[in-house]
Amino acid sequence: MIIYLYYLLIYGFLLTAIIGLFASWVDRKVTARVQYRVGPPLLQPLIDIVKLLGKDTLIPTGASKAVFLMAPLIGLASTILVSALLWVNNINSTNTFLGDLIVTLYLLAIPSISIMMGGFASRNPLASLGASREMKLILSYELPFILAVLVTVIKSDFSIRLGDILNYQAQNGFIAGDLSGLLALITAIMCVQAKLALVPFDIPEAETEIIGGPLIEYSGSGLAIYRLMKNMLLFTLPFFLIILFLGGLRFDGINLLFSVLKYIGLVALITVIRNTNPRIRIDQAINFFWGPMTIMALIAVMLALMGK
Amino acid sequence: MSLKLKALLKSPWVFHLSTGSCNNCDIEVLDCLTPRFDIERFGMLLAGSIKHADVLLITGSCNRQSVVRLKRLYEQIPKPCLVVAIGECSLSRGMFIHSYNCPVPLDKIIPVDVYIPGCPPKPEAIIAGVVKLINKIKEGKAKKK
Repeated sequence: MIIYLYYLLIYGFLLTAIIGLFASWVDRKVTARVQYRVGPPLLQPLIDIVKLLGKDTLIPTGASKAVFLMAPLIGLASTILVSALLWVNNINSTNTFLGDLIVTLYLLAIPSISIMMGGFASRNPLASLGASREMKLILSYELPFILAVLVTVIKSDFSIRLGDILNYQAQNGFIAGDLSGLLALITAIMCVQAKLALVPFDIPEAETEIIGGPLIEYSGSGLAIYRLMKNMLLFTLPFFLIILFLGGLRFDGINLLFSVLKYIGLVALITVIRNTNPRIRIDQAINFFWGPMTIMALIAVMLALMGK
Repeated sequence: MSLKLKALLKSPWVFHLSTGSCNNCDIEVLDCLTPRFDIERFGMLLAGSIKHADVLLITGSCNRQSVVRLKRLYEQIPKPCLVVAIGECSLSRGMFIHSYNCPVPLDKIIPVDVYIPGCPPKPEAIIAGVVKLINKIKEGKAKKK
């Protein structure tokens, strides 16, 4: 029992938060360098959160108070839980239960749902608009994402345990090494970009049209929790992809270097996509995910079924 | 100095409000965000929503229409916050001093922490003004809000 609490607090929260804050610094620094700027100092994401925790929390008149205050906590709790689950599987791949892949997929959807709850509860027209866009975005990216995950399930002999997927990759090499795995990985990276609500899929939070979307009424600790949650997701989602397609993170000897390279590589890829694309409209996003991305994921599933 | 204030000085997010300026000061404020001056290295970001902001940058001469909005925004900004007046208009109403539409200067309406003169002030002047504000708070001379 104690060991699970340890996993939850040390790995699920502390380590994930530290790596996530660092990743968000990398993201801001790379963005700054791309634009020929200097960029913020290393501790900036942490300082932002400490500052926000020290500020007033304002609740808009007429807002649903309980939901408005609960929504960020629900999102953060599910992020901590899913990170702990992934870490447990990554450290000891025999310590797994039937269907933890499905639990992970559900838990990864909850942060987006918490943002929607917060947006609708804050009684602001722009926040409602952002929340409804977020809803449409979830509907669009979940289908190709689940199809991409299905490829790894088929590859590892129809197992829905994360541990089995990791064991399969330890014996037979990365799933992304095959053609079907590679197509699925590309689809999944696009879906992760949308899950993180980064450009080109930052439609729900479009700063220039609906000034922050669902988060517009949040201030102080509510905003701090949302920012922390987003920074942690910047670690958790690439970590999920690494477990599914790139054989997990290992920390013995030379593998440590590979693990760091895998993670930094994925974050750099996400950042580069973010910096070289304009924002698209919500209908274009749905067309993109239900059209090319779903077709690509279906092709990957068929190739996986044929054993390629 | 408390941790709260220390963190605030390291990551002041600014919200900029034009109360009827000719847009010149606003352009100079935006200049500070360009690669040449890059205030993000001091942790400053331009906040879209007033609820996210720590620093209220005010330009323009506070005419009768915008004063109502200005007061409402000042009430909505989460405290502790800082107010910076940028440009001649917001300092002393500039060339609109005899206008029927600008009855009082900005600092008679809400408390102002630092004044940056100029028509418009250069980005260097704006950054220098913010540095003065930070030093003032570090010495504990600023108004507590």
